[in-house]
Amino acid sequence: MTERRPRVGVITFPGSLDDRDALRAVRYLGGEGVPMWHGDSQLPDVDAVLLPGGFSYGDYLRTGAIARFSPVMDAVREFAERGAPVIGVCNGFQILCEAGLLPGALIRNASLRFVCRFVHLRVESEASALTAGLAPGEVLQMPVKHGEGQFVAEPADLERIEGEGLVVFRYCGPDGIASDEHNPNGATNAIAGLRNDRGNVVGLMPHPEHAVDPDVGPIGGQPLFASLFEQALERVG
Amino acid sequence: MKFHFEVIVRLKEGLLDPQGKAIEDALPHMGWTNVSRVRVGKHIELDVEAGDEAAARTQVEEIADKLLANPVIEDVRVVEAIRS
Repeated sequence: MTERRPRVGVITFPGSLDDRDALRAVRYLGGEGVPMWHGDSQLPDVDAVLLPGGFSYGDYLRTGAIARFSPVMDAVREFAERGAPVIGVCNGFQILCEAGLLPGALIRNASLRFVCRFVHLRVESEASALTAGLAPGEVLQMPVKHGEGQFVAEPADLERIEGEGLVVFRYCGPDGIASDEHNPNGATNAIAGLRNDRGNVVGLMPHPEHAVDPDVGPIGGQPLFASLFEQALERVG
Repeated sequence: MKFHFEVIVRLKEGLLDPQGKAIEDALPHMGWTNVSRVRVGKHIELDVEAGDEAAARTQVEEIADKLLANPVIEDVRVVEAIRS
């Protein structure tokens, strides 16, 4: 019997940039990367879906505002409602927030500058499709590259996010301690990523897909894909 | 009939408005030192074909709430306008 490899669909929107890197990361780590198109109204046979980074629709109106109405997004919503893993990275995170699949919004960085650098992330919750098997407090390194990554939410939403442990990652120093110095965009409570109630929908600004190959830098993305593969297959099995 | 509308989208009070801040920071260099609270919003114009004005307005308000503004970070206002 051959072992089934996790099939991770990566959606290309007009203006997506990191779709190829995401597909490559999936393949590099032993999964099967399945290219998907924003205009498709049905999902192919996949175990997880990843919305990659980039500038879908030129970030017109607001980041992710137009992509969330792509034909594929209805299918993604149904997929998420079934409990299947849906991951949004950077612009993908922005799209998930606009679609209401995650609470809050991403606005212009507090510095008013585009940031492109490596950051450290502290795992806050293991109850997510990206962090199952990781321990809270674990520190991972990967890059950010965005102009609009400052997470904000209405006070009631923020209270719920923190109260129910929906924060999955916070920006921190190499020692795991969060401080303004290590918060690249002024995100509220240094929030770098969060999950929905069930934990199957996860969004984050940093790029795990750019941090998988030790030949080119830190590999903080590896354990996140390992978790995603495991979660994806668990549902299939 | 065709009805013309303007939609004004503003960042909520208290949210950082980087464009407003950049403009505000530039003003003292130009000699205007008495200006504060510069906020930049969006102004969107659209025409709607509809039976009557109320129907057109209802539709524009729905468009504004669903797409033109994100209620988490923005306030939106629909303004009836006459096209010259």
